[in-house]
Amino acid sequence: MLIGHRTWAFENRPVISGAAAVVGPEEGNGPLANDYDIIHEDKMLGQDSWEKAEQTLLEEAAKLALERAGIPKERIGFYISGDLLNQITSSSYTARTLSVPYIGVFGACSTSMESLALAAFIVNGGGAEHVLSATSSHNSTAERQFRYPTEYGAQKPPTAQYTVTGAGAAVVSKGEQADRNRPVIASATLGRVVDMGIKDPFNMGAAMAPAAVDTIQAHLKDLNRTPGDYDLIVTGDLAGVGYEIALELFRKHQVPIEETQYYDCGLMVYDRNKQPVQAGGSGCACSAVVTYGHLLKRMARGELRRILVVATGALMSPTTVQQGESIPCIAHAVCIENGGMSE
Amino acid sequence: MSNKKMKNVTPVQKEYQELAKSKEPKRPLLKNCVKAFFVGGFICLIGQVLQEIFMHYFHFDQSKAGDPTVACLIFLSVVLTSLGVYDKFGQWAGAGSAVPVTGFANSMASAAIEHRSEGLVLGVGANMFKLAGSVIVFGVFSAFVVGIVYLIFGLGG
Repeated sequence: MLIGHRTWAFENRPVISGAAAVVGPEEGNGPLANDYDIIHEDKMLGQDSWEKAEQTLLEEAAKLALERAGIPKERIGFYISGDLLNQITSSSYTARTLSVPYIGVFGACSTSMESLALAAFIVNGGGAEHVLSATSSHNSTAERQFRYPTEYGAQKPPTAQYTVTGAGAAVVSKGEQADRNRPVIASATLGRVVDMGIKDPFNMGAAMAPAAVDTIQAHLKDLNRTPGDYDLIVTGDLAGVGYEIALELFRKHQVPIEETQYYDCGLMVYDRNKQPVQAGGSGCACSAVVTYGHLLKRMARGELRRILVVATGALMSPTTVQQGESIPCIAHAVCIENGGMSE
Repeated sequence: MSNKKMKNVTPVQKEYQELAKSKEPKRPLLKNCVKAFFVGGFICLIGQVLQEIFMHYFHFDQSKAGDPTVACLIFLSVVLTSLGVYDKFGQWAGAGSAVPVTGFANSMASAAIEHRSEGLVLGVGANMFKLAGSVIVFGVFSAFVVGIVYLIFGLGG
């Protein structure tokens, strides 16, 4: 079960029996538009506040993932979810709608993989047959939470990132023979908090890159693997600046990342040349919609056999930033394999 | 970690911060300055035109014409903010759209719109000056200091 220092290997091979990605308009204009399940044209989703809009995104993703899995919500053992708002209200209010046992988690933008890893752990250990893992973020709720009012005309620097409006959900189920073609959660490495003293909240990629590299190195070391054992390694939301720094750190730490394809969800979700997103995407939904929308579909098509998704999170609050504290960061990695693949 | 500890940055952190700095895309400072100069200037030009109109067609004198001019600019800014245009304009124009009175109006209107969902009193009323408040505080304080200086040196006449 526990391998090395902080990696779980799931020997009972829990599967992702259903997943869904729901996004807003800006993501719908991005390069991965064809892979999302629902694209909303209206950022408000017909609701009367941004917060309700985000909650609706999450509810839709959860509902769709359950439909895909073919499981009524009564059979869900636990719902594990988190988001970026104060008191993770999007998640908790969605849990109110679902009315299933609920575990609220907060890992900032790393929540997608944190919740998926925990879901796999619970299912693998026999704690439940089906666990729903989900996360959401909304550009306007995040702007209001962490930065300025949405309509405020402040100029953002080129290092800033654009919070993804969307939600991703996945149902993790006990692995059975019939599930051979479904994606399997093979292992997960949980991150530790890394703080390199970066204080600029408009440069989160630079703050988070060391945490991502730390977790990837720990994952490879624990499982005694090299990057070449993966068809794809993606980080959550390092975006343009953080991605370049991560590449540099891999070089410095002699991790042969060139053996595999290494990319970042924050760079995949938008076309930076055409969309006003500065360095790229960020937010809980960034890694969630890219993984549950785009990457799982590529795995189903057989293009990818084993991937490592490393969701990165910046664990600061606007208050700590204003008080001059640096930004502590974390990254959680989950390894997803094609069902047919042997251990 | 407390602030005091963070002042003693470890060598590893220092090295990393230098690396991060080297990978950081620079703000296009010159381009931003030129844009801000022309956009800010253009907004002031609109103001000047409005002022001339008020003077020639509505027979305000020069000092009185300032009031309706500012009101017009504020109105224009609030309309553009409400239509969701001003923030995009602000990203492009930078300080050019932030410094004139239109920027001040935008900061208040955007906060008011943002917090409307929390109600009129505790939402709009309490948060409207969230961004603009410090301008008022330090504006009043500066006026106070200048007033004291005038008083002491008897320049006020």
